[in-house]
Amino acid sequence: MKKEFEVISQIIQNNKKVLDVGCGDGTLMQFLKLNQQNNVRGLEPQKKLVQKCISKGLSVIEGDAEKELIQFPEKSFDYVVLSQTLQAFIAPEEVLKQLLRVGKQTIVSIPNFGYWKVRLHLLFKGTMPVTNNLPNQWYDTPNLHMCTIQDFVNFCKEKNIKIDRSLCLTNEKISEITNKNMFYKNIFSHLGIFLIQ
Amino acid sequence: MNNKIKNIKKLIVKDSLELDCGKLIKNFSIAYETYGTLNKNKSNAILVFHALTGDQFVTNINPVTNREGWWATAVGPGKAIDTNKYFIICSNVLAGCMGSFGPGEINPETNELFGTTFPIITIKDMVKAQIYLLKYLGIEKLLSVAGGSMGGMQVLQFSSLYPDKTYSAIPIACSASHSAQNIALNELGRQAIMADPNWNKGNYFKTDLSPNKGLAVARMAAHITYLSKKGLQEKFGRKLQEKGSLKFSFDADFQIESYLRYQGSNFVDRFDANSYLYITRAMDYFDLEKQFNGNLSLAFKNTKTKFCVISFSSDWLYPTAENKEIVIALNACGANVSFVEVNSDKGHDSFLLNVPEFLKTLSEFLNSIYNEVSNEKRI
Repeated sequence: MKKEFEVISQIIQNNKKVLDVGCGDGTLMQFLKLNQQNNVRGLEPQKKLVQKCISKGLSVIEGDAEKELIQFPEKSFDYVVLSQTLQAFIAPEEVLKQLLRVGKQTIVSIPNFGYWKVRLHLLFKGTMPVTNNLPNQWYDTPNLHMCTIQDFVNFCKEKNIKIDRSLCLTNEKISEITNKNMFYKNIFSHLGIFLIQ
Repeated sequence: MNNKIKNIKKLIVKDSLELDCGKLIKNFSIAYETYGTLNKNKSNAILVFHALTGDQFVTNINPVTNREGWWATAVGPGKAIDTNKYFIICSNVLAGCMGSFGPGEINPETNELFGTTFPIITIKDMVKAQIYLLKYLGIEKLLSVAGGSMGGMQVLQFSSLYPDKTYSAIPIACSASHSAQNIALNELGRQAIMADPNWNKGNYFKTDLSPNKGLAVARMAAHITYLSKKGLQEKFGRKLQEKGSLKFSFDADFQIESYLRYQGSNFVDRFDANSYLYITRAMDYFDLEKQFNGNLSLAFKNTKTKFCVISFSSDWLYPTAENKEIVIALNACGANVSFVEVNSDKGHDSFLLNVPEFLKTLSEFLNSIYNEVSNEKRI
């Protein structure tokens, strides 16, 4: 399991109800179910991946978060997880609102567009950044609304979204983001992970 | 055909059952069939519900019609619903014509066949009747209930009425409330039967004549609704029955015409016109949402059953949107639900055909439930 999922699973307490939005092949869900006795549900737009989840005994519905989150009652999950997909929605703000409505707490991870390799790529090559974490070309990327760790924190402040924890991944090492180290984390981390409500 | 029906498995229910219409029935028969072996824990039983024109003979050769069972693609040794692993039960619905209590049976009060004096049956009545069969077979809790189309409606009604009687439920290509379009199509079929003078107000059994033409037309119309435009176009297009040119007559010039005529005439050999009226009526009356005052999720309140809802992309009779209503209601009450729309050009009929993605999902979902239940039983 990738480092990001390890971090997310550590944030999630045992025996809680979790909705994994964009759950992919269910790797995180299965880990939470087997190791932390979490009651897990998933939402995934790709049929093939939904079928994979069902074969693992996971309860996953096929659908797009931009349309399907509405059907879940308010605060019906202890945690809602959205891993590296916020930037791919047409209306990320709306999706975030729904996540916050459905979950008592929400875990959002974002690929950091402020990462130094991204900055250098644009600065020196003068072309849209292509990195390990952002492998697509500008014309085929699903990412419509890229942001940096700083952007996301600013956004939460502006919208009165409470950030309970801010974490980042730097060379596969996890660390806390604080006001003091924000400038550096926003350069050296490729991924931000936030617990918000 | 009647002679053969006498030799099939039947449970005579002595208890009285109050139907939705208010009438009491007792000493009624439920014709059924089972496949596979029930395990020691009695934890591998799956109750399959048949659709409008199905019967208890799910797989192998149907001994009455001598044709392959209606769900032989999905049920059998090594298949999605594996008879080497599971114990499969299916019964003929109330109002059916394959040995269960229906309009073709003798009314003990009058010593005549019921015909249209038979009480109106609902999906709920059908489901309640099948509980007697489970009791008789000694099954406390099923591994799963599964069915497509009207079978799916029974799945929904069963899981709502008896949430503790099944670990999982698989409603396929169905709806929680029969739509206006579907009621209209059923009415078309019924009117075709009733317009046949041989129908004789349902008393055709008193004459030597049967409303075969009306029933065949009903089947032809219904059959079109089970397919998709694309599927029809690809299979038949404008292909002619006989090579050469048009015959400038009303004979079956096109292959699609002769195909439909064949479907119609085949159907009358195995199905009863009055049963067709009664069962389509049961489908029309089905409105699970209304049973719970307009809030479908109350139908599944506090359920622990695991659901797997499956729809097909080209099904316009029970479209994905209607299947999704079920998913939304289940999510709204926090139920455990999976949902997938399977891509297929084969229309509503997809659930009966060899659609690998569908069969794979069915097989893997059941397998995961089977493993879960087996682990639970061991502990």
